Amino acid sequence: MPEQRSVTYSAALNEALQEEMRRDPTVFVMGEEVAVWGDGGGVFGVTKGLVEEFGPKRVRNTPISEEGIVATAVGAALTGLRPVVELMYGDFLTLAMDPLVNQAAKLRYMFGGQVQVPLVLRSNIGASGGKAAQHSQSLESWLMHVPGLKLVLPSTPYDAKGLLKTAIRDNNPVVFLEHKLLYFTRGPVPEEQDTIPFGQAMICRAGGSATVVATQAMLKMALTAADHLALEGIELEIIDPRTLVPLDINTIIESVRRTNRLLICHEAVERGGWAGEIAMQVLEHVFDYLDAPISRVCAKNLPVPYSTTLEEVVIPRIQEFISAVRMLVNGSNALESVFL
Amino acid sequence: MKGGAPIRDPDRVEMTMLIQTNAEQIPDLISRCPELVIEMFRRMLLIREFDSRLPDLYTEGLVRGSSHASTGQEAVAVGACLALEPTDLITSTHRGHGHTIAKGGDVNRMMAELLGRATGYCKGKGGSMHIADFSIGMLGANGIVGAGIGIATGAALSASIRESKQVVLSFFGEGAVNQGIFLECGNLAAIWKLPLILLCENNQFAMSSRPTETCSTGEITQRASAFGIPSAKVDGMDVLAVHGAVANAALQARQGVGPTFIEAICYRYEGHFSGDTVKYRSKSEFGAWKEKDPLINLRNKLAAAGILSEQQAEDLAKEAKLRVDGALEFALASPFPPPEAAWEDLYA
Repeated sequence: MPEQRSVTYSAALNEALQEEMRRDPTVFVMGEEVAVWGDGGGVFGVTKGLVEEFGPKRVRNTPISEEGIVATAVGAALTGLRPVVELMYGDFLTLAMDPLVNQAAKLRYMFGGQVQVPLVLRSNIGASGGKAAQHSQSLESWLMHVPGLKLVLPSTPYDAKGLLKTAIRDNNPVVFLEHKLLYFTRGPVPEEQDTIPFGQAMICRAGGSATVVATQAMLKMALTAADHLALEGIELEIIDPRTLVPLDINTIIESVRRTNRLLICHEAVERGGWAGEIAMQVLEHVFDYLDAPISRVCAKNLPVPYSTTLEEVVIPRIQEFISAVRMLVNGSNALESVFL
Repeated sequence: MKGGAPIRDPDRVEMTMLIQTNAEQIPDLISRCPELVIEMFRRMLLIREFDSRLPDLYTEGLVRGSSHASTGQEAVAVGACLALEPTDLITSTHRGHGHTIAKGGDVNRMMAELLGRATGYCKGKGGSMHIADFSIGMLGANGIVGAGIGIATGAALSASIRESKQVVLSFFGEGAVNQGIFLECGNLAAIWKLPLILLCENNQFAMSSRPTETCSTGEITQRASAFGIPSAKVDGMDVLAVHGAVANAALQARQGVGPTFIEAICYRYEGHFSGDTVKYRSKSEFGAWKEKDPLINLRNKLAAAGILSEQQAEDLAKEAKLRVDGALEFALASPFPPPEAAWEDLYA
């Protein structure tokens, strides 16, 4: 068997950009520091080397003007180009809500289908290393609420590359949210890897005790926890939806039919989070199959604080996740030996 | 209205590179290109006729939601759009009917959209505030004040990247210069030398607020000075003054000089929206502005030049009335969109 090529999540994204820019001259990249910072290529290195290959016309460093950048991208997308915009942190989406929500998401529909908006807005979510309240949020649930935006949350280098290529080829606005803790993780990405269709969830681990839906850092945590729980006889089936819009609810529903239990885990705060949406859709379809109330493990309804001891309170931890699974499967948090 | 070759000023390129702020300095377009000026008059009449129907249509319940008339501002829309090439692009505002008509829009489809019919520009999904016609380079009216500036900046960036030689003109009210998007995109357009014309229609009112109350600099063109881009202040009741300024700005934009800011001083005849009681202005103020009415202004100039008789002027006014009558008939005869159409044109 040939050796699998392994690359970082950041490098996989970079490859997707490079390949799509080579393939299609209408694709261009725009954002703060995308051509300059550090060794070049933005704060997380995703656009590294692009300005050298494609020049400053197609790899555009911008002023710190998030609303202006996204609005400009909408205008460019309406007139024959395929902008890929980087917002340095997902928290800065709040500064670009008009062009994203009132413009990009609406124009095709509002203008009666006269036009399409092939725009990709890349940014990142998640807490990491004490970035505190304004650089750590996971605001994807807000965007899931808006008709007219596709929403992608890649969890592996493989998905990052394939889904970004799909996003760039999509004729409609796509919000592509990466995760800060994943940029420098590695994983297999075959040379020949191409696009991955939206709306296809991935069953990352098969099991019969309960279904877990999670993305990105929470998915990694769930997979680690599953190894521990397996020692207790709890076999988790772990599903990564990969795209929240469109959402592959069928894969989740089919899994719940087999496991009869569901837990949803996300780093967005619990109140109004997308766990509620998935839970409701599951209730609508397979209520009768559930043997226990649906459970969720999410960030607390708090801003993300700076200090380690405080950040750990807010962001779900593995112990919390394991306890929630035990409650869901065993009806108690006690470690039940299968031999008792 | 889409058909037919565009009428161009044959001597346009001879006009000075500098932005003109003084109407007397504008070369005599009426004698050089009378057909163009007659077309300006025709389109201004059509805008006046179209938007004059709004209050009644609203009262009769045929137009729902918010609609905003641009009567009084016809010279700005027409002077600007007829100084552009047909392939050039514009963005508009919530008060956008005039811009669409000036760019060559189809009043039948506009009226059908106002009445929420399936034959409207947006198949009944947009209404008055969201009329667009991408086939004529009209990138949309917009319900968010200032949003068109961002879209226009992006379209200008696109024109620059594609090397299409297109110019993009963004219409916005003086209220929009207090939006952040104006600062961000004015700056972006300036640093990237984009082929953009920022056309501020100062119609004296942001809803009911006066620019003297809302703009810290008093002079709106000072905002453009902050971007380091050329600016001009023109009489927005004079279509020829607007045309001259925009023609020069377009020339500069096409030559890669960069963006220009133009403030066109005009007056909003109607209230902010159909149904506004307009308690915030006096009759004498309105009367004084009506003395400068852009249509009468142009009609007098054309008559003085001997190229438009009273009869011809009345015929043109009648033609506009018939076209809007026809548009209303077309709209009333058109079906409403079926409920299932609500699900069309959405993908996520």
